[in-house]
Amino acid sequence: MADPVAQAVAEAHSSEWASVLAATARVAADLDLAEDCVQDAYAKALVHWREQGVPRRPGAWLTTVATRRALELRRRADVARRKLPLLMPVDDVEVGTFPDDRLRLVFTCCHPALAQEAQIALTLRLVCGLSSAEIAKAFLVKEATMQARITRAKQKISRSGIPYRIPRAAELPERIDAVLDVVHLVYTAGHTAMAGRELTRPDLARRGIDLARMMRLLLPDSADAAGLLALLLLTQAREPARVDGAERLVLMETQDRSLWDPSLIAEGLALVPEALAGRTGRFGVMAAIAAVHVEAERWEDTDWVEILGLYDVLLARWPSPVVALNRVVALAYVSGPEVALAALDELAADPALATYPYLASTRAELLRRLGRTEEARAAYEEALAFTSNSAEAEFLQGRITEGA
Amino acid sequence: MGKYLVMIYDDEAKWDAADPSVMEQNHKNHQAFVEANGSAVRGGGQLDDSTTATSIRSDGNGGYVVTDGVFAETKEVMGGYYIIEAADLDEALAIAKQVPSPMGGVEVRPLVNGG
Repeated sequence: MADPVAQAVAEAHSSEWASVLAATARVAADLDLAEDCVQDAYAKALVHWREQGVPRRPGAWLTTVATRRALELRRRADVARRKLPLLMPVDDVEVGTFPDDRLRLVFTCCHPALAQEAQIALTLRLVCGLSSAEIAKAFLVKEATMQARITRAKQKISRSGIPYRIPRAAELPERIDAVLDVVHLVYTAGHTAMAGRELTRPDLARRGIDLARMMRLLLPDSADAAGLLALLLLTQAREPARVDGAERLVLMETQDRSLWDPSLIAEGLALVPEALAGRTGRFGVMAAIAAVHVEAERWEDTDWVEILGLYDVLLARWPSPVVALNRVVALAYVSGPEVALAALDELAADPALATYPYLASTRAELLRRLGRTEEARAAYEEALAFTSNSAEAEFLQGRITEGA
Repeated sequence: MGKYLVMIYDDEAKWDAADPSVMEQNHKNHQAFVEANGSAVRGGGQLDDSTTATSIRSDGNGGYVVTDGVFAETKEVMGGYYIIEAADLDEALAIAKQVPSPMGGVEVRPLVNGG
């Protein structure tokens, strides 16, 4: 039988880590010290909860234990003198959880003065409570490399004086964008594993959704936070149909839609109107596109005119080569493969897309639909050379074998 | 509070090609920056052209090698600096964004232990 105390601690780790660390960091004035104290509190929980029972509010128990230890250690070692203080003056420290403590933590982890890969690593480590080893594994780098990346980022925070607070109103929109970008990247890294046999790394995808839920909760007025959560839910809903029993990639066109998760779809769709209200952001538009897909009962029912219109909006306000490529796919369904192929050839000149495997595979699909099989086969082979994911590679190989 | 060095990096070729009025306007903009941020600005100055630079490297044997030119060859060279005092990096960046640097940009570095 499962150990109920160990299970309670594990649950508190996945649901309360960010709150406990965020509150402790404010008291500790030092992220490393805060992390140590929080680890220590979880270790103590295993012992104490066994003796005294699981507390009614595990998060509050852990926060009290961790912050108390942080104050004790600060008094003993005067950590503040050793390093530049990370936090506001601590005279007004109150112990307890404040709703915006997690926001401070997230904004510090995703500060634009940190490289984006460092922002991602810090967010997974400090907000999600993942170990350096787990993060290294998720991003296919050596543990020592990830450890060094995290250490460097923490040092920059304390030595350059990155503040532990909610940004001022004038900076807020830009800073929220940075946080949502990180959350989106965590999810996409999980959704399409860069390399390797499996198409997805479910743990990163789940963390991405957890983070998106947290941001939605912490930023209830942000349309884009609602948009990001909607986008991730609607993408995740299609996940069960994306690979078949033999771990092969299945395109949306041939997916068994009865496998799509109806509760994720309902939750995602309910967020879309809010995501599109007021100052609509990038993720709101992307969520709207995902919504059009899930609202079609069959592939043939997909409203491509609506999708193309949404890509036009996306491309006009947030231009990127990848968005332009996706727009071409929609264009093919509205105006036919010939028109799309001409638009694609214009894009192919962009060096940012030169080694992007989806450019070659999109081209191949269009050529195949035009019956230009020899050219299609060459394009599939080109796409194959650029992909590092074996489920995708197998799909492309299949197309080549079918004679394109 | 901590001190930060704001280094102004410029493409000198662009300054050479610019009309003298651009330089004049830039001086005025710097005066305006210092006036607007007087309480934070602790020092600063304009450097002469990089052609006037002399670099000294230790030769590892107790001696020195003196060479003509800047320490590291780059397109953008340091043309001036400010030392500013700020509560944290966000405040330092907010001030540094106002530093006129029409031919390049600025780099912000904290002084160790708050300077």
